[in-house]
Amino acid sequence: MGQFNYWVYVVLIIVGLYGMMAKNNLMKKLIGMNIFQWAIILFYISIGAKKGGTIPIIATTNPSATVRAIDYINPLPHVLMLTAIVVGVATTGIALTLLIIIYRRFRTLEEDRIIKALRK
Amino acid sequence: MVNDLDDIIIKFGSRIMIPFMQLYGLYVYVHGHSSPGGGFQGGCIVAASFILLAVAFDLNESKKRLKEKLNTLFCAVGVFIYTGTGFLCLVAAGNFLDYGKLSRILPVDTFMARYYGMAMIELGVQITVMAVMVSIFLDLVTRGQHEDVLGPRP
Amino acid sequence: MNRIAAVVVCIIAGFLLLYSASRFPRWSDPNQPASVHVSPRYIEKTVAETRVPNAVTSVLADYRGYDTMFETSVIFTAGIAVMMLLRRSSDGK
Repeated sequence: MGQFNYWVYVVLIIVGLYGMMAKNNLMKKLIGMNIFQWAIILFYISIGAKKGGTIPIIATTNPSATVRAIDYINPLPHVLMLTAIVVGVATTGIALTLLIIIYRRFRTLEEDRIIKALRK
Repeated sequence: MVNDLDDIIIKFGSRIMIPFMQLYGLYVYVHGHSSPGGGFQGGCIVAASFILLAVAFDLNESKKRLKEKLNTLFCAVGVFIYTGTGFLCLVAAGNFLDYGKLSRILPVDTFMARYYGMAMIELGVQITVMAVMVSIFLDLVTRGQHEDVLGPRP
Repeated sequence: MNRIAAVVVCIIAGFLLLYSASRFPRWSDPNQPASVHVSPRYIEKTVAETRVPNAVTSVLADYRGYDTMFETSVIFTAGIAVMMLLRRSSDGK
């Protein structure tokens, strides 16, 4: 059923998805979203591996030397995931802000009590 | 009762570590061209030094050393440096963010102009990331009401 | 009731993900589609065109400079949004 390293990422995705759907507390839902996001980032970075390659810092600074792409791992997923990590930090900061505002208004962070208070 | 001598190990240790953390963050930024590092990583490390100051000591200590207005100014200055470099490339008759054409303004050749263009934009990124991390931390910890938690402004 | 539906959905999603993971190319294969199209050009040309040995920095700041600029503005907007949503002074100003 495929290679074993992808199972770890699928398990993390399932854990994050379950946390977002089934938990009642808003803070736990936020942590589930965070776990989901980190599973995606780790999966993307694992795509960039290459057999027998080293880190993508070129060993020579001579501009006329030939560089073989097969010696170095793929730098592109690392670059894209740097952006994704920073966007994740921004999202988590704003989500925590919204939680503080919800707590100020409703005095609770449980989802069913908030929905009951909203319906009244 | 929380005594002043209770966490003397933490206070002493962080007082030694914080200047080295800031120097290390600057080091990681400058060496971003030839070893792993760059703007984001260096900015996070410098922000972590200010957050350590806030956690180990009082929050007022961190605010004494990096004032709030200066912090908010740094948030905007970083983005300004980044887009300013892009517009400088427009002035030098190239495309936006085309650092090769900066060789007409700076006294370097085309390839080293790309090198220095990258260094300039990474400076902008580092300043913004550092300021925003410290700002979000201070806002979340005091729940927005800076005077209620920290006491009146000096 | 809510939890049973959540568990069922998670198990179905897990099986779908595992089935699609079995169709992926071999891990760390140098000829997989992610490493073939544009990334060899970045690795081979980074020292020749930009004199920067770090391929990650040169791709982030030079070849994909637009993405980094908008990402910096994203983190700036998040900082401003937290400031605007949350700050209240004690005299209500």
